[in-house]
Amino acid sequence: MYVAVKGGERAIDNAHRLLAQARRGDPAVPELSLAQIEQQLGLAVDRVMTEGSLYDRELAALAIKQARGDLIEAIFLLRAYRTTLPRLGVSVPVDTDAMVVERRVSAIFKDLPGGQILGPTFDYTHRLLDFDLARPRVEGGAGPEDEVPSAAEAATPRVVDLLDREGLIESEPEEADGTSVGDLTREPLMFPAGRDVRLQSLARGDEGFLLAMGYATQRGYGRNHPFAGEIRHGEVTVTLAPEELGFPIEVGVVTVTECQMVNQFKGSATSPPQFTRGYGLVFGAAERKAMAMALVDRALRGRELGEEAASPTQDEEFVLSHSDNVEASGFVQHLKLPHYVDFQAELVLVRDLRAVHGGATAR
Amino acid sequence: MTQHSFAYLDEQTKRMIRRAILKAVAVPGYQVPFGSREMPLSYGWGTGGVQVTASVIGPTDVLKVIDQGADDTTNAVSIRKFFVRTTAVATTTRTEEATLIQTRHRIPETPLREGQILVLQVPIPEPLRWLEPREAETRKMHALEEYGVMYVRLYEDITRHGRVAQTYEYPVIVNGRYLMRPSPIPKFDNPKLDRSPALMLFGAGREKRIYAVPPWTSVKSLDFEDHPFEVEHWERPCGLCGARGVFLDEIIVDDKGGRLFICSDTDFCSRRRADREAGSGE
Repeated sequence: MYVAVKGGERAIDNAHRLLAQARRGDPAVPELSLAQIEQQLGLAVDRVMTEGSLYDRELAALAIKQARGDLIEAIFLLRAYRTTLPRLGVSVPVDTDAMVVERRVSAIFKDLPGGQILGPTFDYTHRLLDFDLARPRVEGGAGPEDEVPSAAEAATPRVVDLLDREGLIESEPEEADGTSVGDLTREPLMFPAGRDVRLQSLARGDEGFLLAMGYATQRGYGRNHPFAGEIRHGEVTVTLAPEELGFPIEVGVVTVTECQMVNQFKGSATSPPQFTRGYGLVFGAAERKAMAMALVDRALRGRELGEEAASPTQDEEFVLSHSDNVEASGFVQHLKLPHYVDFQAELVLVRDLRAVHGGATAR
Repeated sequence: MTQHSFAYLDEQTKRMIRRAILKAVAVPGYQVPFGSREMPLSYGWGTGGVQVTASVIGPTDVLKVIDQGADDTTNAVSIRKFFVRTTAVATTTRTEEATLIQTRHRIPETPLREGQILVLQVPIPEPLRWLEPREAETRKMHALEEYGVMYVRLYEDITRHGRVAQTYEYPVIVNGRYLMRPSPIPKFDNPKLDRSPALMLFGAGREKRIYAVPPWTSVKSLDFEDHPFEVEHWERPCGLCGARGVFLDEIIVDDKGGRLFICSDTDFCSRRRADREAGSGE
């Protein structure tokens, strides 16, 4: 009985075996390949790469398979792998202006240089279950991927840069050479955090949490009236400029989604009224996350813009301390670990207090 | 695919954590922020303790891992396995044989000795957290040694219950300066912190803090002159080994209210029983 209470080594081994069985499911059903996950569950892969802070589609697919489709568990697996990797260098900032655009929409101008490009979006689909998908497609038959027109190749300048030329939107300070960028996976998060670390934290943050925080700002908790200035999705080049080389080299291409929110700002004693920015950037096509991130980024700029922080989304410590789903999931779930020592201490106290209480009322 | 380093963490990370530990030892009770890494075990399962252990463990160390005082609880088994796999060090359940002990929620009953290191897993390192949720504020309060709110909180307990109703993570003052949360050990174990010959290291992974109580350092549990600090007592001895003055776990043995009180420290309890059997056999 004593051993049964304390659990043990054999229990863990058995649990691992059961988990492996549950992961595989019915052996009569063919096993998923990483290529299938990567190709056909691409948005899950994008989310795991974004919140796992590691751009590797194959590893993300492996994590999703191993985690049985639990994306937070998959993010955790990818992060635990990432933590062992050396930092070889820091890239120069990616130039999203030079993005090979697959999707680009602006909600603030009807038409603009480069045009509006819908790309692959759920936005205007009718959410009706498509029962044709329930059956595998016959090989060789015509499919939805045939005859897709290619996206425009014309230059697509960023909408906020068009506003910037008129001074209507705040200017982003030019990056000084040699400025180092914070990395909260190497240094602990301290408050107040710089915007670099804040954006990193938001990019890694849980999509659901940021969605709810961003949503709250739209409903009046930290209202700052956003417009979706631009959302663009496509490929950007990653460039390294190693000091010993003295010139930049292209090391790869990544797919990202960028969101620039344009927000009202009434101006202050020192600055005239102009629009302000909220920024979101994620791997892959995690567009909902990019938009939520941009809303929350703008809300967290309150201190810098002299706004009163009246709601949780404007509170940097509240948002950044609770946005990481690997941390949150771990701490919430650790409650199932044994706590019987502390509980015993509480039992002793409550019994003593009850004895005193009973004695007092009896008298 | 390359092999992991000794004790999993790469050498640069270990060096960074060792620097944090040295600072923590130099300023007893002060919470040192460190670049906590994401570990292959879940937050809340002891990532801070594991990183501290991984940074101080050497090939000749003898490791003991306990959870709730027991060597055979699932999480203790899992962490011990992790270090056996990544370091191949010798392990033990015997407290006095271990050079390094990682623990969750308890300090062993067997007195620690000089040269031993006890690594405690910490969920929330900040003793003032329930009184002030903001880190920026609590760091200021520590800097100014502004601990009045904690005394007020204890005083409120006394006015309401006639005693301090804090049974674990009972606040202490370390070396006469910093207010410290002794991880969630029961207050029963607080006296073991005071002037301990062993080095006590506290690791909080999710919260990214390390703090320490160096050997022979004063650790005082907060109290009042007319309400001195006390630990809990059990009326009966351990139902298995007969020990008194130790922390007992309560086990419900049937559905008729039957209860068995046994030592929470399994090493201490099983060795007392073995000694007794050896004694009666002669």
